[in-house]
Amino acid sequence: MSDHPADGGAWGEPSSRQEAGAAAPLTPADAADAARLVAFGLQPRLQPARDQEYTELLRRYREDPPFARLADAVAAGLGLIVLEVSPRAGMAVTAAEDSVFAVRMGDYARRTSADGTDRFLHGLAHLAVAALAFPRPEDLADDGYIGRLTVNGVDAFVRQACRRLEERAAEHGENTDPASDAPGLEAAWRIWARRSSAGATKDARRLAGSTTGIVAKAVAFLTDSGFLQRTGDDAGGTYRTTARYQLQVRDMAGSAALAELLELGIVPVTDGTATLLPPAGPDDLELVADAGLPFHS
Amino acid sequence: MTSPAPTDPAPSQLSAGPRPAPGPAADEGLARRLRALACTAPLHDLDARKANLAGEYSVYGMAEIALAAIDLVTLHMDFDTGADHDQVVARLLPRIAAQAPQRPTAEHERVARWVLENLINVGSVDRGFRAVYGTFAPDGSYVRRDYDFKLLEEVPGHGGGIWLRTTDEAVNVLVGALDTDVTSAQIAAEVKLEVLISRGRLADAQLAAEQARYRTVQYAETLRRALEATRRNVRAVDWLQSVPDLITEALDHVADRYRHENAILTNIRKSRDESEDAEHKRRAAELVDIVKDCIRRHTQLQSRLLEAGPLFRAEQDRQAFATPSARAGLDLYGQLVAPLLPLPMEQAVRVTDAYFSRGTGLRTPACARMADLVDLLLTPPAEREHLGAEMPEPDLIATPDDSRFSEEQLAVATELLDLPADAPRRLSGLLAEARRRDPDLPYLVALLAVHAASPAVGTAYRQGEQQLLFAVDDGTELDDPEFGGADLIVGTARLDAAGMAADRTEAA
Repeated sequence: MSDHPADGGAWGEPSSRQEAGAAAPLTPADAADAARLVAFGLQPRLQPARDQEYTELLRRYREDPPFARLADAVAAGLGLIVLEVSPRAGMAVTAAEDSVFAVRMGDYARRTSADGTDRFLHGLAHLAVAALAFPRPEDLADDGYIGRLTVNGVDAFVRQACRRLEERAAEHGENTDPASDAPGLEAAWRIWARRSSAGATKDARRLAGSTTGIVAKAVAFLTDSGFLQRTGDDAGGTYRTTARYQLQVRDMAGSAALAELLELGIVPVTDGTATLLPPAGPDDLELVADAGLPFHS
Repeated sequence: MTSPAPTDPAPSQLSAGPRPAPGPAADEGLARRLRALACTAPLHDLDARKANLAGEYSVYGMAEIALAAIDLVTLHMDFDTGADHDQVVARLLPRIAAQAPQRPTAEHERVARWVLENLINVGSVDRGFRAVYGTFAPDGSYVRRDYDFKLLEEVPGHGGGIWLRTTDEAVNVLVGALDTDVTSAQIAAEVKLEVLISRGRLADAQLAAEQARYRTVQYAETLRRALEATRRNVRAVDWLQSVPDLITEALDHVADRYRHENAILTNIRKSRDESEDAEHKRRAAELVDIVKDCIRRHTQLQSRLLEAGPLFRAEQDRQAFATPSARAGLDLYGQLVAPLLPLPMEQAVRVTDAYFSRGTGLRTPACARMADLVDLLLTPPAEREHLGAEMPEPDLIATPDDSRFSEEQLAVATELLDLPADAPRRLSGLLAEARRRDPDLPYLVALLAVHAASPAVGTAYRQGEQQLLFAVDDGTELDDPEFGGADLIVGTARLDAAGMAADRTEAA
């Protein structure tokens, strides 16, 4: 996961400091510096370029392998996983599953423990934010890519996908109305489609239980995590992604969710190209109600 | 989806004989009708529940108000907005007031809000309705199913506002059988409208025009969703053929409708201005408003269509011409979202949980110190500002009434100059009569008479006046103690209002 070089040769001419570091044993002062670097990493909204000490420690991490190993060890001891250490992302660390720094759904939203529906909606909102931020596989892989998204856009995107499933079910003549006594068997898309997208409240705040309210909560949380930056107020709030978010989705969340999906026996096969492709025949692009963007998977 | 419960002999009335052909094929039509029936239930429910409201509300026809509200919201749904809560309430008030004129306005408003809130179903977390019905599954077992629907839904608007929109279910309940081909239905409605107008049957024409507007709204809604969706990903659409074709088609359609509706507008305007019957006139005027609204909607649609091309090109530049990455990444939509959505919720929640726990990053746990805790608990909550800054009291100064003539004097003078069309009078006679009534009045009469020497014919023509005051100088000298000049002949000319109106329409 961590990006530090195994040997100094990968970073061009070895600096004098590196030679010194390799020769001299590490001191408690070095351990303090390593811990200081991890502490910077725990402030995800802090930009490395804005803090000289942070920039200096990052440089040392990349040029001084023993120091890098020490910083990694400090992070591991705290229950942190190092995703990348670079000038653009800083010391990108994230919480391991059982770490004190991990975010738990119960702390994130109150109602979720009692109601599986809300738990699912909050989780799907986070997944949908990532899917809209990185719509193509290339976008997720490309380090220079910056995703842009709006709160209303995320909601509309999920609704569109739900509508597509609804149409497909209707084509097959399926009755998708769930059985009354088995709420857990209801198809996932129906839960999002059923929830109202917005709602008026007495004090003109966003209705927390509506889907735009749930998405807004997700993006506000991700902004606090240093994963998104707010750029405007249009369409419920506009945001752009940071390097950290790309790393987190690519190296942690995406693969974890995929592994869980595989465990359920669902194997999504892909050849690495985007799944949002033009339909085979031109006739497929008829302007029937709600089918403006054909989602083909 | 099927429940494991064995088929029991219920429904009981059928237990004696063989069960009627079960299975999805036989049940599908039944299920559809049950769902349609369920959509009307909230309206019936309003009348059933009005007795529970604190107060005597049985005079109000709640279902009627509810249908009117759905009508209002449907008609106010625009290309990208919906209807405003307060606006809908305000427009409902006249109907509610008519149902119980002796009740206070505050109560009328309360009824309007109650109906609106119940149509949204504010109390439920989904803000929707649920009906339960039963069907036979393919294996013959009887399954109870939940049908979830909404009548009015709240959507986020521009600038953070909340708009109301009617759902497809509500439109179907309201107008019925609207799930036909939009284009052909609209053409049919317009042909019908033209025929009705040419035969002068305005009552029917209004109905047809209103139906045409429902279809126009539906059409605009379809296109709105389509354009909004295409904006999100260029590669999902065939930019070489399908999209340009689509835009051309839609533009042709708009141009066609625009011509058509302008022709209709001219026709109705004529019948509005020519009609003798006041009721016909009123109907035609309403019709003009409806058709104008249709034209406005078409224009709005057209501007959206014109924006589509540049938008696609800009997105193309951004998305398609970037240098491709060497690494293949995870396809979040194709490999996660798309396979996840059809899963049962029980399974899907495991995947979203896995994503959530690793995708949210980290939080540094807060450490509470006793001293901080005391401060925290004793701090009074910050009051939320509801109203904003206080408005300064405006400092008003009463302007003195410095009019040369009073309102009464003007009334008398106007009455004096209200001459029959066939009997013009000399100014000298008018001045003498005015002097007898009020020594100050001749000045006003003289002023009006001089003004009438150059009558505002153009204004009268534009405003469709019935008559016009004029004054002519025939060379006679005015013999008066206070005034000098020509003794004008003052008279009234009658104008051909209907003819002028027709001219105006043709000129337009």
